[in-house]
Formats: sequence, structure tokens, C-alpha cells
Amino acid sequence: MKIKSKIKNVFLAVLVLAFAGSITTGCNGGSGNNTGSDSTSTSKSGDDETLLGAGSTFIYPLFSKQFSVYNQLTGLKINYQSIGSGGGILQLTNKTVDFGDSDAPLTEEQAQKMGVPVLHIPMCSGAVVISYNLPEVKDTVKLTPDVIADIFLGKITKWDDAKIIAVNPGVKLPATSIVVAHRSDGSGTTNIFTDYLSKVNDEWQSKVGKGTSVNWPAGLGGKGNEGVSGLIKQTPGGIGYIELAYAIQNKMAYAKIQNKSGNYITPNIASTSAASNVQLPADSKIFLGNTDAAEGYPISGFTWALIYQEQNYNNRSRDRAQNLLKLFWWNINDGQQYCEGLHYAPLSPAAVTVAEAILKSATYDGKPIL
Amino acid sequence: MDVWKSIKIKRSLRQIHTERFFKTSLVLIALSILVLVVAFMFTLILQSMPSLKAFGASFLFGKTWDPVHNIYGTYPFLLGTLLTSFLALIISIPFSFAVAIFLGEYYPRGWFSEFLKNSIELIAAVPSVIYGFWGLFVLVPMVRSLEIKLGVMPYGIGIFTSALILAIMIIPYAASLGREMIRMVPSSLKEAAYSLGATRYEIIRSVILPYSKSGLLAGVLLSLGRALGETMAVTMVIGNTSLIPKSIFDPGNTMASVIANEFTEAASTLYLSSLIELGLVLFLVTVVINLIGKKIIKRFTTD
Repeated sequence: MKIKSKIKNVFLAVLVLAFAGSITTGCNGGSGNNTGSDSTSTSKSGDDETLLGAGSTFIYPLFSKQFSVYNQLTGLKINYQSIGSGGGILQLTNKTVDFGDSDAPLTEEQAQKMGVPVLHIPMCSGAVVISYNLPEVKDTVKLTPDVIADIFLGKITKWDDAKIIAVNPGVKLPATSIVVAHRSDGSGTTNIFTDYLSKVNDEWQSKVGKGTSVNWPAGLGGKGNEGVSGLIKQTPGGIGYIELAYAIQNKMAYAKIQNKSGNYITPNIASTSAASNVQLPADSKIFLGNTDAAEGYPISGFTWALIYQEQNYNNRSRDRAQNLLKLFWWNINDGQQYCEGLHYAPLSPAAVTVAEAILKSATYDGKPIL
Repeated sequence: MDVWKSIKIKRSLRQIHTERFFKTSLVLIALSILVLVVAFMFTLILQSMPSLKAFGASFLFGKTWDPVHNIYGTYPFLLGTLLTSFLALIISIPFSFAVAIFLGEYYPRGWFSEFLKNSIELIAAVPSVIYGFWGLFVLVPMVRSLEIKLGVMPYGIGIFTSALILAIMIIPYAASLGREMIRMVPSSLKEAAYSLGATRYEIIRSVILPYSKSGLLAGVLLSLGRALGETMAVTMVIGNTSLIPKSIFDPGNTMASVIANEFTEAASTLYLSSLIELGLVLFLVTVVINLIGKKIIKRFTTD
């Protein structure tokens, strides 16, 4: 009896393991072969009058407004899911959406997974401001790149440090400790900010580097722009980086930053647009941190819409590709009038020229569409 | 038992089939849960292969979590998870035991008992995000003013705050289970002690608690398990820093919180697989703590 029950137990255990193994590998094998021959391809998703997009949360308010206006003008419906830049890139790789949107250009690994060329079309730009919580200080604090880097490296720990006072003559700074706030989740805002710091400060470049998520040497992490704003607002002496729109809407104080030309620039729509009015590469893949523009705000960046260069994949129709390109053409021209109301910076003339050229390079069966 | 073997009971074919069908379906359903858990573990191991190959055992002791240079180490998060969970357990045990004894011994029946029991269970029913919000807007300023009085950095958020919130969240688990165990103490035992002249406190100390020790410990283990895995409430108030906390007022991070924060934007394969390996470590830590807890309970079980 004892041996019989032992054999029974072993048999059951093997059965369980076999099932478990088959479930695991089955799921894995399936997802591994998904790219390319996706059954949920966009051509089958209803008619060509509905487009699907996914990506950055940063641009979601602007897209919402632009897409609803465009729908009234042409009847084209666009369904955009703001799941984050990383999610958008993943969906575009799996060809489940018509376009993605990302706050940073594709990395080499991501471009390799796509396999085919992907066009980056700048949609608008946004500024990352350095916000602080010093209720006693009425004047706007001025900061230089090195001071910002030292604060975020944890080397400057008090607001009345000699280096900060040197940049702000005549401003009475309190002896409060500096509490740094940064993003705890991966984000395009972090990417823009750390790219700027890597460009202006060698120690930051070697110690921390740039990315959507980095190893912060000091400070507290908050989730999302809301989390960081909350931390700054609640902690006396707090300092952190958030998007301009958040700072304006929450009426938070933000600093004037010294740019490459030596001018102290206040972050606003005009200075952010000016930052992108420089010589741009033809594929528009550029980080605008520490811009050359004399009146440009130094911490800003584009957000790009991503589409495949060759639009005939997965049985997409020519009409669908045309609708997509016409949408983006409208976005970068007439659609830009909706940027300022939502605190986004419209594309500079240089950026619009580059974007138009990129759109014209999209092809269907090798022939340009627009 | 042999008596029953010699009695032949007449059963209809339908009864026999129903009996067999019922037993088989129960076994299958139970096995499917087992299959799911094992498959779960297999998936975790499979997906964290790249990171296992790259780091090996140094993943557990590494102190750096650097997505830019692709160096990953769990030590700060392991420390944060264990610190917050055990601190929360220590804070919550007096409260849950007090509630369990109060509801089990002093007020086992009555409208007040029902009311208190329902309130305690309501604590468990509230979604954890709400605890996170409450903590962020109410508890954090209170802890901040405490920190100013103590003279430490007035962050407000940190290990201490998240342990406090976790403690509130895990009280119901030990309290409910403890209450049931205490109510199950046979009255004959208690009456025997009363007849020997014991006071109420002496009954609780010498009769009830030793009898229900294993049940109370099981409740504590349940609370600990809940605290180890709690994500949303903790991630809002723990400070999310990968530096090693030096005091309980410092910010830290837990494994669940890191996964929740960084999973959606993890671009590179090594990053993603390190996050999954983090999940695997959390899974294994929970299993190990449960096994240790079960051993302790077995030692204390009175037959």
C-alpha cells in the first residue's frame, strides 16, 4: 500500500510539472513569434477611417485636442492610448497600432527589433523646469548648469551654499536643507533632463549618465510628474524637475537657467520653441538639451510620432496610409495653433521644415505618398 | 474500520458514478491550481534567464541599481522590503492581538462586537491605493513634524511612514483569524480554571493564549505575507531611492515598488529580465518566510 501511494504521488507530480512546463513554453513560444505576422493587424481593425495610436503620456492632452478637431474637419477617428513611450514603441513593433509616440528617439536595440526603417516626426516640444519650494524667497532663483548638477549629485546640500549665492546676488536664501525630488518611474522627462546634465557636466556624465531611468545619487522618488510636484510642494526646501505644464497649472515657482550662450532664460512657450530653431539633422533625431539658440531654454525636447517608412505592411490599404500622413501633415502645420493653449511649445520653423521633409519620405510600395 | 469492510452496502450505478465524478473533478481543480503556481515559477525563471546568466548570485548582494550602465543588484530593495514588513508586523501585533482578545473573550456576541468586527474587516476591504493617498496627504505631514522635532531630515516619507501604513493595513488579518481561534477555546477548560479561582486576566494568559497559540501565529504569518507583497500604498510613501537606508526615517524602496514603477518603461532586455528576476526573488522570499512560519506554527501546535 505504501509503495503504491508513493508511485501515485510521483506520477501526479510528473503530471503537474509536465502541464506547467507546457503552459510556460507554449505562452513563450507564441509571444516570440508574434512580431510580423500579427493576427490583430491594423488592416482588419474596422475601416480605414479609424486610426490607432499609442505612446507617450506627455503629448496626450495635445493629441486629444488635435484629434477631436481633426475629426470634426475630416471625419477621421483616431484612437490614442497613452500607455507611455515604451509601450507605444512595443505596440508599433508588434504592428498593432498605426503610429506610436515617444519622448526619445528609438534606441539601437529598439530599432533592431523593428527591423525596418522608422520615421521620427516631431510633433511639438516641451520644457522641463526646475521647480523649488522656498516660500520666503520672492525673486526667481537663478541656476547655472554646474550648480544644478551639484545639487542633483548631492554635493550641494543647503540653499545658502556659497555656489548658489554666487549666482543669485542680492537674493536672501534661507539655511534650509535641499531635498531633491526625482522620478521613480521610467520617463521621457527624466531622459531630457539627464541628457542635458550629461552634456553640461562631466561628473554627471561619467557617474550617472542619461536614460529614462537612472541611478539617482540623491533624493526622493515620486511617481509621475504629479508625484514629483507633490514632493516639491510638500517638502520645505524641495527642488525637482517637472514639465512646464505641470508647474504652470500648479502655480509652482521655477528657476531661470543659464543656457549655452550665457543668458538666463525663463522657461516659457517662446523660449522652448526658440530652443528648437537650430540646425536640425534630417531625421530629426536630436536631443535639444543645452541648445545653441541664444534665446532658447536649455532643458527641452521634442516628442516624436513614429511610423514605418514603408507603409505597405500587413495588407494596409493605400487610403489608410494616406489618411495617416495627411493627419500628421495637419498636425505639424495647422494643428500647431492648439499647442499654446495647452502649455506646449509649437514647432519652430526649422523643425516644421524638417518634419515636412520626413513626411514626404514615407512610401507605399516604394512610391512616396504625399 | 474492518467492520465497515465486511458490510456490503447496495449502491446504484448512478450513485457510484456521481461519487467518482465528484472526486475526480475536485482533484482536477485542485491540481490545476498547483499547475498554475508551478507554471508561474517556471515563467519567472525562464524570463529572468538573461539576468541570471549576467549576474548570478551577485544579484542578491549588489548594491547598485543602474539602468544606464546595466548593473543591477537587489540588496537595497530586499532590505527595504524586509525592514518595512517586519517593522509593520511589530507595530501591528499588539493591536491585532488586543482586538482578537477583546472580540473573542470579552465581547464574543452583541451589537458592539458585530460593529467592531465589521469595522476591522472594512480596513481590509479598502483598496490599497486609498491608503497610499491618505498616507501621502495626512500621515506624511504628521511624520514630517515628528521628524523636525527629532532633528532628522524632514522628508516625511520613508521606511517609518510606509511601515505605519502597512501596519494599519495588516491588522485585520491577524485580528480576524485570532478572534476565531480564541472563540474556539473550549468553555470547559476556562470554567475549570475559573473554578480554581483564576481571574479573567489569568485565564487569558494561562489558558486561552497557550491554547490558541498556533492559530494566532498563523494569523501573524498571514499578515506578514500581505505586508511583503503590498505595492501601491508603499510605493507612494517610501521615497523610491536605491540608496541603502541608514535609519528608519530614511527613504528606501521595496522590490514590489520597483517593479511597479519601472516595468512599463524598461526598454532593454537585460533591464526587463532583471525586473522579472526581482519578482522571482520576491516570490522566493515569500515562500521561504511562509515555510519558516509554518515550521514555527507546527512547533507550537497543541494536539
